[in-house]
Amino acid sequence: MKFKADMHIHSVLSPCGDIEMSPSAIVATAKARGMDIIGLTDHNSTLNADVTRRLGEKAGLHVLMGAEVTTREEVHCLAFMPTTEKLAEFQAFLDSKVVFFENDVDKFGFQLVVDEEENVLDQVPHLLINALDLPMLELQQKVYQMGGIFIPAHIDRPTFSLSSQLGFVPSGLKYHAMELSYYCKRDGYKFLETHPWFSDLNFIQSSDAHYVEDIAKIHSVLEMPFFSFDNFRDALRQGEPVIL
Amino acid sequence: MTVKEIIEKLDLKCLNPVNLDADVTSAYASDLLSDVMGNARSGQVWITMQTHKNVTAIASLKDMPAVIIVRDGVPDDDMLQHAKDEDICLLVSKDATFQVCGKLYDLIK
Repeated sequence: MKFKADMHIHSVLSPCGDIEMSPSAIVATAKARGMDIIGLTDHNSTLNADVTRRLGEKAGLHVLMGAEVTTREEVHCLAFMPTTEKLAEFQAFLDSKVVFFENDVDKFGFQLVVDEEENVLDQVPHLLINALDLPMLELQQKVYQMGGIFIPAHIDRPTFSLSSQLGFVPSGLKYHAMELSYYCKRDGYKFLETHPWFSDLNFIQSSDAHYVEDIAKIHSVLEMPFFSFDNFRDALRQGEPVIL
Repeated sequence: MTVKEIIEKLDLKCLNPVNLDADVTSAYASDLLSDVMGNARSGQVWITMQTHKNVTAIASLKDMPAVIIVRDGVPDDDMLQHAKDEDICLLVSKDATFQVCGKLYDLIK
């Protein structure tokens, strides 16, 4: 079976995420645009992921619970956890790596933890877009050790990407796929021509949506017998480059 | 000016004493490795706060004799090992990038 997936979406928990990006709006929009699977990936935090998964379950949309982690090298990486228990453990791990810098709501925006009905439950006090004191390799090893999924984000971008910060894929780094941004497709995948050392990796493509209108503006297609976290991970690993 | 002289004048900690007699006439300061890959020149000393092993890999690729890590940064273990394998002189300054650049500029301008 083929599954359409947009694995990189920010909610109101990300300071840069639009105030309209509630878990319920994300699920409804992704479903309406034909997605079968989405990833909820706020900056350095997973606190809206489980509520999004629950809403997805009711709506018939698979939600992978994760975060977009900013490593010490300032490389953005997507990390997904298989269960709510692992997610809580992973959240504690992220919290232990925070370099505290207070969020200025006027400058950066709200960082809201919400429930299924869009009620605000909490606000995260520290600025979530700051880098954690966490080397990328340590993050990758932690995610693998916890049975998760690790995907360096938007590697074609000139900022906060594996290519911009580290130049090339470090030897010894494991990953389940690399993510290309919407811009890479828009530019006719020129990045892969100018960076041939990146060109033979397994890719997904995601919207990196911060606004409702951007949800599912680009997606990946993954082949698996039925949806499960393990099948999804396997589909990433064995997949041909998902460029279409 | 040699790497050895720079170590003495800038009071740097040396973690891998190689290339000490290499002649240095310029330096490049950047924390974006893609930028260094594209724009640094052979023979330059590289000033950065990144402590990832890709730094030493790119220094080797670009034929740069030494890397100065600023603000008492601690190289990752595999970065230090890689510096040894690739013969890159790994140096650490207690100063921040601005001070290191200013002092080095005065020395080799």
